[in-house]
Amino acid sequence: MPAGADPTPNPSSPWAHDPQVLAGWQALDCALPAVRPVFEACAHEAIARLSPSSLQAFWQGGRQLGKLGRGAAPVLAWLTYWPEVVEALGESDAEQAFEVVMALLLRMNKSPNSAAMTHLLTSLGPVAQRLGGLSVLQAYLHTVGHFMDRTTGSIHGRQATLPSAGLPELLLQAPRLLQTLSLSGWQAWVDFGARAYAHHPPQQEDYFALRSPDSLAVLQRERHGTLLRDAERTLSLSLQAMWQLQAHVLPLPTAQVSAEHGVQAVSVLPCLLLESSDKGPSYAMGLPDVLDGQAGVSALDRYRLMVMHMAGHIRWSTPCIADNWSPMQRLAVEWFEDTRIDWLLIRTWPGLRHSLLALYPPVQEGGCNEATHACVLHRLSVWSRSVLDERFEVQDPQLREWRERFMALVDGQGKARGQWTEAGQVSTAQVAQLALQFVARTRRPSDAQAQVHFEHTQVDWRDDNRHHWQFIEDGDEEDTAPSPTRVDDEELHSLPPQLYPEWDYLAGSERPDWVRVFEYLHPPGHADDIDQLLLRHAALSKRLQRLLDQLKPQGRTRERHLENGSELDLDVALAAHIDLKTGHTPSHRVEQHIKPVERDVSVQLVMDLSASLNEKAPGSDQTVLQISQESVALLAWALHQLGDALAIGGFHSNTRHDVRYMHIKGFEEPWADPVKARLAALEPAYSTRMGVAIRHAARTLIKRKSTKKILLVLTDGEPSDVDVTDPNYLMHDARQVVHSLQSQGVFVWCIQLHPAHEASVRHVFGDHCTLVDRMGQLPETLANLFFKLTR
Amino acid sequence: MTSEPLYHPQGDELALYEAAYAARLPVMVKGPTGCGKSRFVEHMAWRLGKPLITVACNEDMTASDLVGRYLLDSQGTRWVDGPLTQAARIGAICYLDEVVEARQDTTVVIHALTDHRRCLPIDKKAEVVQAHPDFQLVISYNPGYQSAMKDLKPSTKQRFVAFDFDYPLPELEAQIVVSETGIDTATATQLVRIAGAARALKGHGLSEGVSTRLLVYAAQLMRQGVAPRDACRMAMVRPITDDLDIRQSLDHAIDACWG
Repeated sequence: MPAGADPTPNPSSPWAHDPQVLAGWQALDCALPAVRPVFEACAHEAIARLSPSSLQAFWQGGRQLGKLGRGAAPVLAWLTYWPEVVEALGESDAEQAFEVVMALLLRMNKSPNSAAMTHLLTSLGPVAQRLGGLSVLQAYLHTVGHFMDRTTGSIHGRQATLPSAGLPELLLQAPRLLQTLSLSGWQAWVDFGARAYAHHPPQQEDYFALRSPDSLAVLQRERHGTLLRDAERTLSLSLQAMWQLQAHVLPLPTAQVSAEHGVQAVSVLPCLLLESSDKGPSYAMGLPDVLDGQAGVSALDRYRLMVMHMAGHIRWSTPCIADNWSPMQRLAVEWFEDTRIDWLLIRTWPGLRHSLLALYPPVQEGGCNEATHACVLHRLSVWSRSVLDERFEVQDPQLREWRERFMALVDGQGKARGQWTEAGQVSTAQVAQLALQFVARTRRPSDAQAQVHFEHTQVDWRDDNRHHWQFIEDGDEEDTAPSPTRVDDEELHSLPPQLYPEWDYLAGSERPDWVRVFEYLHPPGHADDIDQLLLRHAALSKRLQRLLDQLKPQGRTRERHLENGSELDLDVALAAHIDLKTGHTPSHRVEQHIKPVERDVSVQLVMDLSASLNEKAPGSDQTVLQISQESVALLAWALHQLGDALAIGGFHSNTRHDVRYMHIKGFEEPWADPVKARLAALEPAYSTRMGVAIRHAARTLIKRKSTKKILLVLTDGEPSDVDVTDPNYLMHDARQVVHSLQSQGVFVWCIQLHPAHEASVRHVFGDHCTLVDRMGQLPETLANLFFKLTR
Repeated sequence: MTSEPLYHPQGDELALYEAAYAARLPVMVKGPTGCGKSRFVEHMAWRLGKPLITVACNEDMTASDLVGRYLLDSQGTRWVDGPLTQAARIGAICYLDEVVEARQDTTVVIHALTDHRRCLPIDKKAEVVQAHPDFQLVISYNPGYQSAMKDLKPSTKQRFVAFDFDYPLPELEAQIVVSETGIDTATATQLVRIAGAARALKGHGLSEGVSTRLLVYAAQLMRQGVAPRDACRMAMVRPITDDLDIRQSLDHAIDACWG
């Protein structure tokens, strides 16, 4: 008898005297008091579920965990959940899994994360069931172990002393997340959180508990299926092309993410919302935010069918007044109307037939037992299928008759005229009358039963028909319309924030919706200040003026040696003539053409307005800001003279949640007092999150139609922000933006005012940068640079 | 012009054109690409029994391409009349296709021909060509498509009477496709519906809808035995857009049409 184990069986348990249970207790050899009361029940279940060999491993594992000195919780979790894992993997794989799991548990035991052992065991059963194979489970455990190592903190950098903040939450959420994510998606989500919040334990915990918005955003990205966001443009283009309709698309969440329940799939119906205003009705279509392919129909096609069906309602349906009809009548009217719309869809766009029929639920006659269930939905579904699918045979004479009556109604006029046209169709009201008759004639006593047969009665693409009803009196139905997003009061003084991704060079991918940019109109100051500044540079202005005169489209250039020009080039023609006379072969290119020169340049100037601009420039009594203002004013003046489009913006950032982009001058704004006033009032503050500012500024620049697009960045520092510890991160982000802009035909050039940052500026911009050594020269440098770039 | 160019009138443009010709007024034909502008002019030349000289204008075209130039030969230089001068001499209808494509200084040479003077000064020869009584100038012009830079000068615009063309109504367009290619009416009607879908996207990412000409191409491909879906994709979608989303939407419209 092992020392410490209580030999007396639990008398209240029915299995107390089962020899196998008793042997198990011996093998477990556990003295923890909390284990004793529940042991028999666990043991009995394990014995029933496991084979003798894996039972052996089961006792052994329990014994090992009991001796670790971590209390009863790991042992209890083991006893309760391990049989589930074995069942999910199969006996043969379980042996290997045992080794791997035990190894991980022992590692956790030695680390500060021993408390998470219980969580690991608790979640392992459902995870194993979801993953269903040894190799994927090993990958899962590896990720968990790796995550633990990365996030376990230390105080002095040597010994790991702080438990991983996210690990318990990670393990708790894993089973539910793996329902909606693939393993690789889950791994990406874990990896992202581990990297982004490695040094912020509270935020890490929030991330893995699905409490932070980033967590949900990354989750959304990793979900399988087609996102509505990706399909949105195609859908609205289809709508415009095929129906000449415009509708706003609203995503309806198909998954509810909460800390308690993780990600839960929610079934949603598409919905059509109507709003009438003075300018005529406007439509909003609610669609599931993510869809998978189904029955061989791609997710995009499923979205399209939903949109087409709703467009059909807009085109062909008129609302009915619901108050005087019973729920049963309304149900039938909806089914009849939906069927009519689908029938019309197939008539109008025959190519949709295939996917419509493929997606229609495979309802069969007799699928519903009338003795136990109310079959009215089932009947309607069979009837609707028989209308849409000619090859679907119905035996029930009643349904057949209704099919004929329906066809006679909707198709009658078409048949009479030999050809069906959209104009000759019947109205909603006529179909509704038919539906009411259907209800009256086909009612059966069993329809009143409490149990309703729902199987195969939900047609994939049909919406919830909320637009179909008008209530004269208010009903008490729940309003499930997606509510417009709340706008924080705090945000009202600027445009709503724009979300931008940021490049994560370690992951090699973008962090979605990572940075919030608020665009402000810069508050104005005094325009005179800028005029004064310009006066100070009168000499330079004069020199620039001369340069400008050269640059200005002089009207014409001569192209010579053309075969087909506008006029004869006398010199060349004479030479050719002489060649001819002397028996040589003359050149045919004897004409010239005079061509007018046009400038077509758009320039976007992005100014770094971070706090360091307030410093005094070396060798000058002006601040860097003042010199920048002068230079920019001079450049703006010069470009105004030239007639080139220039936009000016400034930025600073205070963490990724608050990047401010100040609008100073737009492309179409003239160089006049309002712009000068804004430029005069510049106020530096905070840090330099450069990449996202360039992203934001480039958005309008890219849309310009100019042949030459130039983005100038005027900065005195390197990309940095207070919430970023990795000095390379923002630099790589900026570099990524610059590269992507260059590939889109935008010419990016940086003017670096601080020579110390040469390395970083070269890393981001390559050779496309100018270093300004003497601040006093900046106005001239800037102007010359511009002329050089655009000549 | 020997055989009759096929033309289905959309309105009373035939009579109007005849009236304009009787008064020898210069004519401007406006409308989107491929809606039948050139065909209309050809048809009218055939109806009136006049020779037609067509000049396709482009950016590099110069005034001397219209008026004429000196060429070199073994004797020295030799003057060759341009198409405009030639038309003015023999009394043809001169049709400048897509005239805005030509640069503004080029289009100015037609000014003297298009007002009461009806003459063409040739500065290099120091000659003034008086236009033949039968001469008429017709220009075509696609207002939406060119940039604001490439608009006609008001002084040029003010010299013409104008016809505004658009894509024909669906029934008529189907009829045109049928008579151009001999395809059956049902197919032609479907083609026109797809074209309607593409035209609805104008301004939503497409700068120009599918032209009647492309419909005719699609029908011709089908006559060659190409499956309708492929013919439509090849003739009506791929040429007009490189935007993936638009392509997908139009492909979907095509799939939806051919059941």
